Amino acid sequence: MPKVKIPRKSTMIDMTAMTDVAFLLLTFFMLTTQFKTDESVIVDTPSSISEIKLPDTDIMNITITKDGKVFFSIDNNNFTREKLLARISEKHPELQFNDAEKKAFVISGSIGVPLNQLKGYLDLDEVDRKAFQQPGIPVDSTNNELADWIMQGRLSNPGVRITINGDQSCPWPVVKKVMNTLQDKNVNKFNLITDLETDPNKLKGI
Amino acid sequence: MAELEQKEVGKKGNKKGRKKMSIRVDLTPMVDLGFLLVTFFMLTTTFSKPQTMEINLPVKPKERLKEEEQNALKASKAFNIIIGANNKLYWYVGLSNEPIEGPAETDFSVDGIRKVLQNKNNNIKEMVVLIKPTNDANYKNVVDILDEMNISDIKRYALVDITPEDLKLIMNK
Repeated sequence: MPKVKIPRKSTMIDMTAMTDVAFLLLTFFMLTTQFKTDESVIVDTPSSISEIKLPDTDIMNITITKDGKVFFSIDNNNFTREKLLARISEKHPELQFNDAEKKAFVISGSIGVPLNQLKGYLDLDEVDRKAFQQPGIPVDSTNNELADWIMQGRLSNPGVRITINGDQSCPWPVVKKVMNTLQDKNVNKFNLITDLETDPNKLKGI
Repeated sequence: MAELEQKEVGKKGNKKGRKKMSIRVDLTPMVDLGFLLVTFFMLTTTFSKPQTMEINLPVKPKERLKEEEQNALKASKAFNIIIGANNKLYWYVGLSNEPIEGPAETDFSVDGIRKVLQNKNNNIKEMVVLIKPTNDANYKNVVDILDEMNISDIKRYALVDITPEDLKLIMNK
């Protein structure tokens, strides 16, 4: 009986197609990517059927956390943050910042410290700053620093849009205080950041 | 893998007395690298931009005037929603000292406030909804109610501060 010859198959698989796919995906993600901003606070937003998208730039964001702390952030388009810090020191002459602090302010995300602690906060190195538990910006009627931030922020970038990014379970009185502050500063139009929820009217249509 | 292939080819080549080089390149490391980068970009990307809900508040100095307007507003057209603690909702039609209808308790479900709202919106012409969150309400409740306005397509609504009379009304409930 002749020996049955088993053809030896090469274990090599052609990887070209796979490379194609991998790099196609890679290109897609590289082009569409928008890096997550480094947020010091995590907020679980409520949902709504509103489908208005938030623009990327010219945004002033007021974050309200679960426990009612208020944070402020603004994007750095056209060096808004640098201008903002300069304005803050102009308004509060006791607060002067050196170059390192200015740089730290530009790269730090949300600010949630009272003005008198701002310098100390910016002096921390990056890792410590992230770990630092920010107490939130005071919004009481006697000491409303948020009003200052909003005012100076709008002066630094007149075309800025104001958004409120509130946590689902944050108490209403805090949000009301923030809204009242905004109204005091003549901001009567702002956006609430929400998650998307299906519109029940549209569901009926299907 | 590539080396193995090359050796085989080499052996054959030796037999024939000629060395044939393989033109195949092992692409596995390249795929590895590709997928590594894909994973990185997938994890760092924020894919969808956050949605926003636009809200307009009355101009502050005119707010006093607005309150007078509210009083001038026909009581029969005022639909009040009070947002209480623990996701409870109360509604009544009219003024808080003499409600025309209600107060009644309801909830955020589809058969709750949405039904009431749509029903009233059909029956009351030019209805104005006054949203009154109590201090025990949370942000989600308020956004949900604002959202109900969008869902039921109610154009006239206002966020109003709660009054002691309103609180008394729901206390009795």
